[in-house]
Amino acid sequence: MNIGPTIKVAFRALRRNRVRSALTSLGIIIGTAAVIAVLSVGQGAAVMIQSQIGSMGSNLLLIFPGSMNNGGVRSGSGGQQSLTVADGETIARECPNIVALSPLIRTGNQVVYGNNNWSTSIQGVTPAFSRVRNWNASSGDYFTEADVRTGARVCLVGATIVTQLFLDENPVGQSIRIRNIPFRVIGVLEPKGTAAWGQDQDDTIVMPWTTVRRVLQHSPFSNVNNLMVSVASADDIATATRTISAILRQSHRLQEGSDDDFTITDMAEIAKTITSVSSLMTLLLSVIASISLLVGGIGIMNIMLVSVTERTREIGIRMAVGARQHDIMLQFLVEALALSLLGGLIGAGLGALAANVVSRVNHWPVLVSVQSIGLALFFSSVIGVFFGFYPAWRAARLNPIDCLRHE
Amino acid sequence: MVIDIQHIRKVYHVGEVDVTALDDVSLSVERGDFVAIMGASGSGKSTLLNILGCLDRPSSGSYRLDDIEVSGMSPDQLANVRSRKLGFIFQNFNLLSRTSALENVELPLLYGKPTGHAARHRKALAMLERVELASRVHHFPGQLSGGQQQRVAIARALVNEPAVILADEPTGNLDSRSSSEIMKLFQEVNAQGLTIIMVTHETDVAGFARRTLQMRDGRFI
Repeated sequence: MNIGPTIKVAFRALRRNRVRSALTSLGIIIGTAAVIAVLSVGQGAAVMIQSQIGSMGSNLLLIFPGSMNNGGVRSGSGGQQSLTVADGETIARECPNIVALSPLIRTGNQVVYGNNNWSTSIQGVTPAFSRVRNWNASSGDYFTEADVRTGARVCLVGATIVTQLFLDENPVGQSIRIRNIPFRVIGVLEPKGTAAWGQDQDDTIVMPWTTVRRVLQHSPFSNVNNLMVSVASADDIATATRTISAILRQSHRLQEGSDDDFTITDMAEIAKTITSVSSLMTLLLSVIASISLLVGGIGIMNIMLVSVTERTREIGIRMAVGARQHDIMLQFLVEALALSLLGGLIGAGLGALAANVVSRVNHWPVLVSVQSIGLALFFSSVIGVFFGFYPAWRAARLNPIDCLRHE
Repeated sequence: MVIDIQHIRKVYHVGEVDVTALDDVSLSVERGDFVAIMGASGSGKSTLLNILGCLDRPSSGSYRLDDIEVSGMSPDQLANVRSRKLGFIFQNFNLLSRTSALENVELPLLYGKPTGHAARHRKALAMLERVELASRVHHFPGQLSGGQQQRVAIARALVNEPAVILADEPTGNLDSRSSSEIMKLFQEVNAQGLTIIMVTHETDVAGFARRTLQMRDGRFI
C-alpha cells in the first residue's frame, strides 16, 4: 500500500479522537521537553565552566611550595618557602614545552587615591604574567623586564579598582599610594569577571614581583606563593609536569625516595573534573527525564491496543478487500509514530522554551543544540515504533473472518 | 472452471466438541455462472462462502480458484488472491463509516497493483457512475439509504475487476424495492461475463440466479 494514503488515514484516525490523541501525546511531550531542557541547561553549564577555566589561562600549570614538617607539626601546602623565582628561571630555561612562566607573590593592602581608599589584593609578577593568564592591558601597557630588575614603582589596576578608587576616571598616568609609597599606574587590565569560585578577578593590582618584595615588604627573599606555567598545548601537559618535577627535585637536591617539596596542579585536570561532574549530573537528570518518555511510550501502546480493538471491523474490511498483514501493521505503526513524533516536536519546542526561561531567570547560559533536539526526536520516534509494534502486530495477525464478525 | 472445490470439510472446535460445518462438499462453477446457495441458518452456506472468499480456510479438501490451488496458501498469499480475483458484498454492507463513498470504492485499489492517485480516483468514479451513484460520491455511508450503501459496496467489489463476486445475503437488510434493484444490477454485471455466487434464504431473491443449490447440515442436497 502507498505510504501517502496510509499517513492520511492515520491522521484522520487521530483527529477523530482529538482529546485522546492529545492526552496520549502529553506523556511524550512532557518527556521530550524534560530531556531537552535538562540537556540544554547541562550543556550551557559545561560551556560556562569551560569559559571560566579558560579565563584562568590556557594549559596552565600551578607549582606550589610543599608543606613543611617542623618537629612533627605539619603546615599545609605552601607552608614551605622552598620555591623561588630562581626555580622559575631554571624551569623556563630547561623545560622545552613551556610557552611562558611567571612567579606570583601575593599580598594585600589598603590603596589610596585622592580622597578614596580601597582594600585589594596585590600580585607581584613578571611581564610574562600577561601571557600565562591570557590577560592583556585594555589601556596603557604592562611593565617591562627592566622594571622588574629595578623594582620600579609602577602598577596595573583591574577594572574593579577603576570603578571603586578612580570613580571611572582614566587612571593611566595617575599616582596611587600604598603604605604611603606612591605608585604610578601605567595600565588597566582587561575585565575578566567573576571566577567559577565566586571571586572578583578584577579586584586586583599587578606590579613587578621585585617591587612587592623590596618596596612593600622590605624583604630580601625571593620565595614565591606559586609559579604559573603556560604549556604549549594540552598534549604536552603530562610531559611538562614530569620534566618540571625532575628539574625541581634536582635543583632542590632531594634524595631519591624523599617527598617532593612542591606540588604541581594541572588546571586542565581541574577543568576536566568539574566538567565530568557536571556532565554526570546532566546524564543522571536525562535518565530521569527519559523515564517519563518511557511512560509516555507505554501510554501510546495502551491507546493503540484500544484503537485496534475499536477498529477490528475496519481491519476485517480492509483485509477482505486485499490488505496484507504488513499493510495493516504499517497502518497502526504510522499512527503510533505520528502520535509520538507529534509529541516529540511539541515537547522539543516546550523544552527549548523552558531552557530559555531558565537562562533568563538565572543568567545562566543555556545551549539548545540541534543535536539535543535531533536526539529527542529520534528517541520519541524510536519509542513510537517500539511501543506501537505490539498493537500493530496484534492487528496484523487477526483473522479476517473473526474481524468481520466482531461487533 | 473458475471455481472447483473437492471434498471440502470444515470442523470447528467448540470447547471439547467438534462441530462439522461443512461435510465433504464439492462444487464446480463455470465462468459467467450466477449461483444462489440456499439453506436454513446453520446449514453451512455462510461457512462455504467464507472459504470460497479466502476469508477462512478449510480443514481439509482442495480448492482451485482460476486453476490455482489456494487451500494451502499463507495469509498474505490469500490477501493477494482476494485483492486480484475476488469481490465481496455483505449483508450489512461493511463500508468504512466516516469515509466517503468515493474513498470506500478506492480502498481495494490501495492494496492492489500500485496505481497513482489520479488513476484510482478515475476508476472509482467510473464504478460509482456504473452503479448510478455519480451524484453521491462525497456522501458518507450514514447519509445514504440501505440500497445506495449496497450499491457503493458493489462498486467497491467491482473496482479491481475480479473473477468472482461473492455475496452473503446481499438483500438481507434491504426493502423489497431496493432488493430487486440490487438483484437487477447483479444480473447486469453477470450478463457482462462476471461470475457471481450468492448466499440467500429468500426464494424470490434466489430466483434471479441462473441456478440454485440447497444446503442442509453441511451438505448440498
